[in-house]
Amino acid sequence: MSDIKKCDGYVLHKSRRRMLKGLAAGIGLIALPGRDASALVWEEFFQKHFRELSKDELKGVIARLEKDYSKQYGKQVTVKTTPPIEGVRYGYGLDLSRCIGCRRCVYACVKENNQSRTPQIQWIRVLQLNKEKGIDLSEAEHYYNPATVPEKGHFYMPVQCQQCEKPPCTKVCPVQATWKENDGIVVVDYNWCIGCRYCMAACPYGARHFNWAKPSVPSNEINPNTHYLGNRPRPKGVVEKCTFCIQRTREQPGRYPACEEICPVGARKFGNLLDPESEIRYLIENKRVFIFKEELNTQPKFYYFYAT
Amino acid sequence: MKIMRIARPRLILLCMMSVLILPVGLVSAAKVKEFDRSGQLIVTEKSAADLQVQPAYDIKNRPKEKIFAVPRPPFSEGAFPCSQCHKYMKPNGTRRTLTEYHTEIVLHHAEGQRWCTDCHNLLNRDKLRLVSGELVDFEESYRLCGQCHGDKFRDWKVGVHGKRTGYWNGDKQYLLCVHCHNPHDPKFKALKPLPPPDRPGKAGH
Amino acid sequence: MKNIWHFYKGTLVLISKGSTAYYCWVLFLLILMAIGGFAYSRQLNEGLIVTNMRDQVSWGFYISNFTFLVGVAAAAVLLVIPAYVYHWKPIKEIAVLGELLAVSAIVMCLMFVTVDIGRPDRFWHLIPKVGLLNFPQSLLAWDVVVLNTYLMINLTVAVFILYNRYYKREPNKAFTTPLLLLSIPSAISIHTVTAFLYNGLGARPFWNSSILVPRFLASAFCSGPAFMILIFFLVRKYTKFKIEDEAIQKVAEIIAYAIFINLLLLGAELFKEYYTDTIHLASFQYLFQGLHGYSALVPWIWTAMIFNVTAFILFLNPATRRNNVTLVMGCILVFIGVYIEKGMGLVIPGFIPDVLHEIYEYAPSGIELLLSMGIWATGLFVFTMLLRVAIPIMNGDFHVADDGVGSFIGDQLFLVQQPDTVNPESEPVA
Repeated sequence: MSDIKKCDGYVLHKSRRRMLKGLAAGIGLIALPGRDASALVWEEFFQKHFRELSKDELKGVIARLEKDYSKQYGKQVTVKTTPPIEGVRYGYGLDLSRCIGCRRCVYACVKENNQSRTPQIQWIRVLQLNKEKGIDLSEAEHYYNPATVPEKGHFYMPVQCQQCEKPPCTKVCPVQATWKENDGIVVVDYNWCIGCRYCMAACPYGARHFNWAKPSVPSNEINPNTHYLGNRPRPKGVVEKCTFCIQRTREQPGRYPACEEICPVGARKFGNLLDPESEIRYLIENKRVFIFKEELNTQPKFYYFYAT
Repeated sequence: MKIMRIARPRLILLCMMSVLILPVGLVSAAKVKEFDRSGQLIVTEKSAADLQVQPAYDIKNRPKEKIFAVPRPPFSEGAFPCSQCHKYMKPNGTRRTLTEYHTEIVLHHAEGQRWCTDCHNLLNRDKLRLVSGELVDFEESYRLCGQCHGDKFRDWKVGVHGKRTGYWNGDKQYLLCVHCHNPHDPKFKALKPLPPPDRPGKAGH
Repeated sequence: MKNIWHFYKGTLVLISKGSTAYYCWVLFLLILMAIGGFAYSRQLNEGLIVTNMRDQVSWGFYISNFTFLVGVAAAAVLLVIPAYVYHWKPIKEIAVLGELLAVSAIVMCLMFVTVDIGRPDRFWHLIPKVGLLNFPQSLLAWDVVVLNTYLMINLTVAVFILYNRYYKREPNKAFTTPLLLLSIPSAISIHTVTAFLYNGLGARPFWNSSILVPRFLASAFCSGPAFMILIFFLVRKYTKFKIEDEAIQKVAEIIAYAIFINLLLLGAELFKEYYTDTIHLASFQYLFQGLHGYSALVPWIWTAMIFNVTAFILFLNPATRRNNVTLVMGCILVFIGVYIEKGMGLVIPGFIPDVLHEIYEYAPSGIELLLSMGIWATGLFVFTMLLRVAIPIMNGDFHVADDGVGSFIGDQLFLVQQPDTVNPESEPVA
């Protein structure tokens, strides 16, 4: 009891939200592993929303996370907070006339973005569709596994976060734990999400995934180059999603997203929608393009196209 | 109405202030009211992350790309330079079935109209040959392919056909046509797919 | 202030007293609550993986129960309207029971939401100003506001009335009447907002139908009052509280209308979906016929249909409505019917097939069932405790003692089978 009191006092001293402290601490004690309630746990518990952190607070948060992750995975893990680049709105193109459904992108994404291996989380889902039926989702096969792809009579449609211009998921979040950044990437603050999963009900693309259990990533497979809003290790009980590899694409120069980089047929395209010379603008202006579930007016920035 | 009149200049002022603040890179967090593009009103302190200086993406002065940087063409092992063997042979442009060397090459590429020396230069074997008679290096083989596949060539140059890696806002590396398409049999080969996702409800998921 | 403390102390003494039946009932509930608590501790430890919810079906049994119970809570207003708007005396005497039921149902609602979220430790993010409640954008934020408002109103009114009765005062009408009137729109709002929560999702055509709100309200006015009638019968039989047949009949009449409207709206929905036969029919097919060989909900929904229609006939026919046995049967049938239809029958088909037309057939896991049972037990426990205090107060068996400090407890037993109601004057053996 005495060390609990000490923690409580520490937090009271530290944080601005005094009113809440007593109440939250009481409830928090029930919900958190009580015994080893170290100062760090409390700091995490009372961490503010990412967008409300001052520069010093952000520094503290990042230092805590880096220390935590580095210890957990036994190697130096960095957590960046690189902001959006002015004048950039990301767009993604996917050539349905090229995709062969080999799922290389799925696993490159898992690796780059530190998705849980068990229970399995994959941000990209590749659908096998019937050429005769076209894009008729009721004909979609999610679990195809032939000796080789493409299979005769079929085409393939990878689905991931469409980075909507009008995202229904951010609208419904009761605590603003997910939002659209100025470069168009929809992100989640894993330290603010309460895990209500309303966003998953709202997303028309099945792009959001929940950590039903504590995610597991083998230490030797962890990607130590992470972003706070992207691929840093996630806690149990929060929602995660594709961020166009925010940890890569916000750099200058910024690498292509992992799925783009791995695609053996070059079906995946990525670039700045505001740059008239970019490959994404070229394909939108010159190819047959469609956006998925257009009637829902979510205005995806993920463009499916046919190069031939 | 009254409220609107008061609120609007304040909002504009706030926006202007944030615009002013940004380039200076002021370090502390600042209160900002804004609507994001989904119409969501965000009242936050401008996060410290947003106030970090990140140079803007400048369309006019974006770094000049090295055009068509490609890796080494996928030569069969030990085959290049071709002249290491061919210099001992007498050039023979006659269309015939090869029996001694290169027997593994089965032409499946408009084979009715074409033979080796339509693309491989007869006299200087280390070069390819365009229809115009111009000789090009193997690193520039896309020009050869582009003679017939103009639409693909156009798409390839802007990065829409084929695979391009590197930096989306910096140097890019192209692949040659022949990295994915065997020039003698260009149809893309089928691949083994990686495993399907776990079905929900199964043990361990 | 001192009075409140004495009142509070008095109630604690009161709830510790009762008949063997009362003790057994409370013990039974406490055991179920303990089991639920154990299930919850496992869920907290291992995560929601212990449920059968997955990304494809991301809400399940918890949210189904939540949705149903919001309806039960909202239905209390059906007693408040005749009692306080039309000043109809027979119901005015029992309206407070409705309010207490609303309080208990909302408590269960809040518990079901709490166990459903992945990070209950971060609940404080929902508190306006302290956290970042996304109001008015998120309908869930609205729900947080209206549910808590409704809880507060009902709790305040009920406690205020009982507290004054305890001190043998007439409750101040200037205070209660505005709150009671406010409780009417807020009862409607909790149900409307909960319906909007589903309704507003373009991604889920099964819910994205404008008829959903009236359907929610109609079904709420079936299940809530039906539960009330059952409670009335139990209270009349096992406590000294008197409830007139006239009042019960009035509520039964309302149920008859509500079932009719509920069935009508469901029929309208089914016609639209089946006749137009678009791709959006899939969820209805899954629910009523089975889809691609998956049909776990089919027997349930047809049970619900049969129950609802049977109940409708029982309520419609004056003879069966006035007969207490058939009336009780009708109440049980419609309660179960709406529980299926407005619980799992409403939530699960929203996810099957999922947005990419994958079918993952969901059924609650053992932990989900045990935990839900624990929450129901908690709700009933809260309701029992509230009744344990309210009924003696209403009967005049529990009030301040003559010294103005202690309390007089006239009803030591509470749950005792009462002699035949035909002879209501006879004193129970105390």
